[in-house]
Amino acid sequence: MRYIEPHAHMVSRVTDDYVHMVTAGCAAVCEPAFWAGYDRSSAAGFYDYFRQLTEHEPKRAAKFGLPHYCWLCINPKESEDVKLADDVLAIIPEFLDRPTVLGIGEIGLNKNSRNEITVLEKHVDLAARHNQLILVHTPHLEDKLKGTRLIMDVIRNDSRIQPGRVIIDHVEEHTVQMVLDAGLWAGMTLYPESKCSPARAVDMVERYGDERIWMNCACDWGVSDPLAVPKTALEMRKRGHSAAAIDKLIFQNPARFLAQCPKFKIPEG
Amino acid sequence: MNRSQILDLYFVDARHKLIDLAAFLDRYERAEGAEDFRMAAFRTAVLELSKGNNDKARQVLLAFSDPTTEPIPAATTKAACGAWPGVQ
Ligand SMILES: [Zn+2]
Repeated sequence: MRYIEPHAHMVSRVTDDYVHMVTAGCAAVCEPAFWAGYDRSSAAGFYDYFRQLTEHEPKRAAKFGLPHYCWLCINPKESEDVKLADDVLAIIPEFLDRPTVLGIGEIGLNKNSRNEITVLEKHVDLAARHNQLILVHTPHLEDKLKGTRLIMDVIRNDSRIQPGRVIIDHVEEHTVQMVLDAGLWAGMTLYPESKCSPARAVDMVERYGDERIWMNCACDWGVSDPLAVPKTALEMRKRGHSAAAIDKLIFQNPARFLAQCPKFKIPEG
Repeated sequence: MNRSQILDLYFVDARHKLIDLAAFLDRYERAEGAEDFRMAAFRTAVLELSKGNNDKARQVLLAFSDPTTEPIPAATTKAACGAWPGVQ
């Protein structure tokens, strides 16, 4: 079995996780920029983080033959401070040409505030000006439905953005349909305690189809499982899905979306 | 998969989760204190399980969701608590 892990925060994980992922068939990993669990004190903190994502982490993954890509942004949890966000947005362009940067992400909303929306709009503008793919984080729990609608409004309002170049991540049963109906890609995040379980993810694939949808573990410093994608492949097998159907969902689909950025090289199967 | 196969695969797990849920409600109701909005949303969500809809997971999620459409003035916290405080 081969798979692409399209969303994993490897800077928060130990090297053993790389070993386990590659052993399980991981052929490429993509790391969106996110919240460190505490607020960074300045744009300089983000500068160092972007260097970590574009220089250090690809080397760490390469020790196991694993291609590592990343996405850049200031995440929604730190977007209430618009001045800080402006400072970070100003340094992102100098990283965009680096060979493993796939686009802008994970942007989006957290508590659905006005400032978060302002910063989201600025990121969407940055992506449009630099012709970048977009990876969107949708809010947690009670805030997800409203946040997903607000995010889709922002994307729809920018006519330069093609929906097929945007993935809306962390969809659940109450948001997946509207995302797919809008022509956007949908990401299902497999978490032990929130978001989506393997069984529910497979339910959604069975109900809403396997076009424009991927699965990810979004492992980070919290309770999360770097092997959630291959474990969900096992769930599909238990239900009688074919090897070809599994390969489409966990390898071909992410490859198809990510290859819209010419820097993403589809790994040999 | 047919219904029998789904039961073979998931019944024991679902039974386990249902008993855990019942024990949670017992634990909560044994304790002192006022009901808050989280349990109000929870009880509404539980009712969805006995309706005949074929989108129970979606309805449960909607029962916990903020249904409003206007952005909030400012984010004063980073965390979500699982239910919308506006629920009565
Ligand atoms: Zn993430």
